[in-house]
Amino acid sequence: MLDSVLVANRGEIARRVIRTVKGMGLRAVAVHSEADADLPFVTEADDAVLLGPAAPAQSYLDTAKVIEAARATGARAIHPGYGFLSENAAFARAVVDAGLVWIGPDPGAIERMGDKINARNLMEEAGVPVAAGTREPVSDLDAAARAAREIGYPVMVKAAGGGGGIGMGVARDDASLAKAFEQASRAAARFGGSGAGPAILLERYIERARHVEVQILGLADGTVVALGERDCSVQRRHQKVVEESPSPGLTPELRERMLAAAVRAGEAVAYRGAGTVECLVDADAQDFVFLEMNTRLQVEHPVSELVTGLDLVEHQIRVAAGEVYGLEVRPRGHAIEFRVYAEDPKRFLPGPGKIDVWEEPSGEGIRVDSGYTAGNTVTPFYDPLMAKLCVYGETREEALARGREAVAAFRVEGPKNNLPFCAELLDHPDFVSGDYDTGLVSRMR
Amino acid sequence: MPEVRAEMVANVWKIVVAEGDAVEEGDTLVILESMKMEIPVIAEDAGRVAQLKVAEGDVVQEGDLIAVIE
Repeated sequence: MLDSVLVANRGEIARRVIRTVKGMGLRAVAVHSEADADLPFVTEADDAVLLGPAAPAQSYLDTAKVIEAARATGARAIHPGYGFLSENAAFARAVVDAGLVWIGPDPGAIERMGDKINARNLMEEAGVPVAAGTREPVSDLDAAARAAREIGYPVMVKAAGGGGGIGMGVARDDASLAKAFEQASRAAARFGGSGAGPAILLERYIERARHVEVQILGLADGTVVALGERDCSVQRRHQKVVEESPSPGLTPELRERMLAAAVRAGEAVAYRGAGTVECLVDADAQDFVFLEMNTRLQVEHPVSELVTGLDLVEHQIRVAAGEVYGLEVRPRGHAIEFRVYAEDPKRFLPGPGKIDVWEEPSGEGIRVDSGYTAGNTVTPFYDPLMAKLCVYGETREEALARGREAVAAFRVEGPKNNLPFCAELLDHPDFVSGDYDTGLVSRMR
Repeated sequence: MPEVRAEMVANVWKIVVAEGDAVEEGDTLVILESMKMEIPVIAEDAGRVAQLKVAEGDVVQEGDLIAVIE
């Protein structure tokens, strides 16, 4: 019987998972670093365990400490959130070996999808379209240059084991390739998390692409269902800032093809639980290629929740507990998420600090998932996400109007924040029309 | 003498130059890390690194002196 869940994460996602865990009548256990002791996710949990100092390696990434915290508190399951240990197959295995329930896909599926090169090859076999790219890991610059010339510039250079867009770079010639290769190798070594080597992947870079991903849910009976798509093309430094569902850039025919491909991708690895199949869409050609699969809950999952009416964390827990049931999905309306980052709204450079004022907007069609409140300090040790402001409307126009009101009503003083950028975006003709691609933010700056 | 100051709260991840080194405009002096992002601190003028006020692992606050170029 699953009666308690330890949430091995921090900030907004830990708080959001804890809310559902408690709502299901289960006991919620938080783990935290010294730097996070005062944050809402710690105080709102039924039980909290201090892991160690602020540095992630000594707290949130210390697998032995996390499992020991579960043992000490009698927690029966572990929810990893996103980032940190969520895509670490060895950790997932250690959780299962400790006799605990891992709220996520089978460790084998994490492993197969965690290596982007392996994932890419696997998807090609399953009949999911992929971009021209390297089928073997590239480990030095000479090999990278040969591969780039074969694929044809421009190419995207990324760490095979990396995630979240960190360290990714576009190379347009041999000279810029050297820089992108070094950057990707360094990111692989520093933020890889899973312990993957500095293997690098090169893929043909699509100009004027939309980043569109499909939310899937693998049920306990083996069925994989698609819960619609999210358009995540508003990005800075290859990291998402705003996401919406449905995507304004897909024809119904392309949407149908993408959802079917995502289901095939999930079935190819016998996927269980919530996962995301990320794709690049060539807006002009109305075609798509597989980018990567994220074997965990995604930051932007609330937009899918708003249009489907489902609680994805609840389904993750029910599937992990082995509950067998079917699911019919009928997305309705339009949802947009704005990531409220602690960064300046012009250059997007980090601006941590103590929060003096924190006033969230509220009302019909507004949802805020936040990790902080007034009096907390946003520290430089973790990612800059302070909150996710989500709006829902029957139509995209209604969601946009609600977004403008909600952004204007959100008051944050202390750390720098990108709310002024969100307001600017909501008045930008390309975003308003829906005809935008991943280059939108750099064109605005 | 131009002073180079931190633009934000950050950890000093890497020291690239040493006191006494000659630098060109645009050279990286140190690399800060804040919120999972590397932020190179660059020399805005050519010159010599007269003083280096931080060490790897230090935490700097916004406005803290990092280096003096002469």
